[in-house]
Amino acid sequence: MASICFYFQVHQPYRIKKYRIFDVGHDHHYFNDHSDRDINNEKILHKVATKCYLPMNKVLLELLEKHPEFKVAFSFSGVFLDQLEEFSPETLASFQKLVKTGRVEILDETYYHSLAFLYSKKEFVRQVELHRTKVKKLFGVTPSTFRNTELVYNNELAKFVEGMGYKAILAEGADHILGWRSPNFVYKAPNTTKIKTLLKNYRLSDDIAFRFSSRSWAEWPLTSEKFAHWVDAVNGNGNVVNLFMDYETFGEHQWEDTGIFDFMRALPREVLKHPDNDFVTPSEAAKRYPVVGEFDAHAFVSWADIERDLSAWLSNSMQHEAIGNLYALEGDVMASGDPAIIEDWSRLQTSDHFYYMCTKWFADGDVHKYFNPYDTPYEAFISYNNVLHDLRFRIEEAKTKKTTVKRPRATKKKSAEKKMTKSAAPVKKIVKKVSAKKVIVKKKK
Amino acid sequence: MFGWEFPPHNSGGLGTACYGLARSLSSANVSITFVLPKKLEGLDHDFLKIIFANIRNIKFRGVGTLIHPYVTSDLYDEYLRTTPEAELYGLNLFDEVRRYGLQARIIAAEEHYDVIHAHDWLSFRAGIEAKRVSGKPLIVHVHATEFDRTAGHPNQYIYDEERRGLHAADCIITVSQHTKNIITEHYGVSENKVMVVHNGIDHAAHHHALPHALGHIRAKGKKIVLFVGRLTIQKGPDYFVKVAKRVLEFNPNVLFIISGSGDMEYQTIRLAADLGLGDKIVFAGFVRGDELLKLYRAADLFVMPSVSEPFGLTALEALANGTPILVSKQSGVSEVLTHALKSDFWDIDDMADKILNVVQSKGLHDTLGELGSKDVEHMTWESAAGKCTEIYRKLLA
Repeated sequence: MASICFYFQVHQPYRIKKYRIFDVGHDHHYFNDHSDRDINNEKILHKVATKCYLPMNKVLLELLEKHPEFKVAFSFSGVFLDQLEEFSPETLASFQKLVKTGRVEILDETYYHSLAFLYSKKEFVRQVELHRTKVKKLFGVTPSTFRNTELVYNNELAKFVEGMGYKAILAEGADHILGWRSPNFVYKAPNTTKIKTLLKNYRLSDDIAFRFSSRSWAEWPLTSEKFAHWVDAVNGNGNVVNLFMDYETFGEHQWEDTGIFDFMRALPREVLKHPDNDFVTPSEAAKRYPVVGEFDAHAFVSWADIERDLSAWLSNSMQHEAIGNLYALEGDVMASGDPAIIEDWSRLQTSDHFYYMCTKWFADGDVHKYFNPYDTPYEAFISYNNVLHDLRFRIEEAKTKKTTVKRPRATKKKSAEKKMTKSAAPVKKIVKKVSAKKVIVKKKK
Repeated sequence: MFGWEFPPHNSGGLGTACYGLARSLSSANVSITFVLPKKLEGLDHDFLKIIFANIRNIKFRGVGTLIHPYVTSDLYDEYLRTTPEAELYGLNLFDEVRRYGLQARIIAAEEHYDVIHAHDWLSFRAGIEAKRVSGKPLIVHVHATEFDRTAGHPNQYIYDEERRGLHAADCIITVSQHTKNIITEHYGVSENKVMVVHNGIDHAAHHHALPHALGHIRAKGKKIVLFVGRLTIQKGPDYFVKVAKRVLEFNPNVLFIISGSGDMEYQTIRLAADLGLGDKIVFAGFVRGDELLKLYRAADLFVMPSVSEPFGLTALEALANGTPILVSKQSGVSEVLTHALKSDFWDIDDMADKILNVVQSKGLHDTLGELGSKDVEHMTWESAAGKCTEIYRKLLA
């Protein structure tokens, strides 16, 4: 039996506008560029919705209606769902329609598409919980599979997420860990008992996501028959072919004129021609197939670049400094209790900000440049750094406000207040309340 | 090859460029006769033959418009100071250029060569004369145009001289696309006659160990922002002072150093004083050699706010010494460097924003410095010489 497990990542960051040091203290809106540049979030969302989300959703809906065996999975970042609600409810409705078929699974991730797991477990948990709430609210389902930002994964994460109750977790089928072994089986981390690890078959995934329209590729043009044959070949030496990719592959990275939509339209029929093939969602794959071995990731792996490590976000000293400065604010941000400050701080955690600061491939004009809406990684850093200055300014302002308001009554309640701020638990509760509130507010919009 | 200046007797990048290019060409088995207008001491280079046109009684009249940035070198300043007033009258730079041309005719008839290569307008006439005598192909190499030097207000005589040289040439080399654009736009030259050969840098000359400079200032936690260049309208020293003012409003802990001399020196000092920056901007004068290298290394950021910069060798020098750079987008170097900050020269706020970020963020500073100095490694005179020999070959084929 060879099952195909499709998972599509859908994410759009809140890109930071050109924010100068002179704006610090005056302008607290970081994500509202209205220019023609590619940092205009609304513009980008509309563009991608037109080219990818809406037409591809239509293709998938047709396929789901036509083939009862067909299934796919999505993971939506919280910030993407926020932007759909804000800029394109129509697109949100079309995703909801897909989920209603009952054959579209949703995965959980960090709400802000962040690297929080590396810096703050507490923040990581807060974001996963926010995400779960959001998915439940918009789609009426509760995910049982987890995928971390950009498939960043290690043993510790698998263990941690197991503790949060997830049944399966996704990872890159990195060669340096798998060795001679195939990604087409279900694995587990050495330190876990229940949670199963599904590994991306990066060759077959990238055949669609990256090589599909590459004329210099020996296999070009890729037809659905050919691809289905490759999947058939897995029969007998594998259980599940995990095809994990960005949803923007369809229509945005691979344009419509490459034939990508027609390829997908025909693929389920071709795959199902072989009676042993079928489609599964990640949680089904984990349920159906036994663990065959251990996938032992001591260091972090990800699905980015040829290195498959963290270097896309964390290789130069700008990136380390920026993310270090951001997480250093966590305590103060949460203590401020100010929903706007918390929200902005959270949005600044989105991994894309650090990706834009990457200098690894900059000189070669490689994919990093293609996916970078800023002229240079330095421009990206400078706007980010200036925004952090402003955020610190707001935190200080919020602190003084609090103390000035509370001062008149301070004498009696002083000791009680101290306790409140000292112990971590009440702060956490406050945060949860705040985030719940935020969700309700957004619904009204 | 006809030139005008040669290290150590140079006031700017022209001499450095001629030297670097000539040396690498000779390593590539091109034999060069380098002609300079006047006998200069201390020019002992084993890689090329130097001929001095030996114009006697060179006189330079430093009056009004005739004083020209690119030739106001310390050499000529020296002349101005030491030559009796009476001898200056009646002769000026233009006579000198004309005489150089006449002498070139004689030299051209005596020497053996395959191509003529003339650097900048001062030697264009000499190149044209040599071509007339020998019939050999003429290459004119444009290191700067009158539009760059005057920030768009050209002297008609110089413009005409440049134009004549450009039109007489069989091939034109410019040091950047930026300069190529100026030439095709303002001099009526067809685009396919112009080849771009970016300048390089002699890396070995920038990597030797030196004692640290300005340690006492850095020890106080002060950050240093450096300007190196002639103080002329082209280099934008006035923009540098205005940016300093803006930066200091936000961070008083920055010291600005201006190194160079030129006809805007007093104006620039006055501007700094008028803006109340007397103790925040240091005028270091014209600095060269190891002293300049120490200055580059002591700086946290090198800024080149040129209004129009054909290339900008100092930016490469700063990077070769590991110092991050901020250069104007109106410069040749900005075309070839990736790991550099770039602003429009007039955008004071943008430059100030970048300077403030570099002096306040170690991460940004270090990334720019590390990657910038790697970036500059591929900028060599060998590669420039290689492109030149290719051009020679095509002309002779």
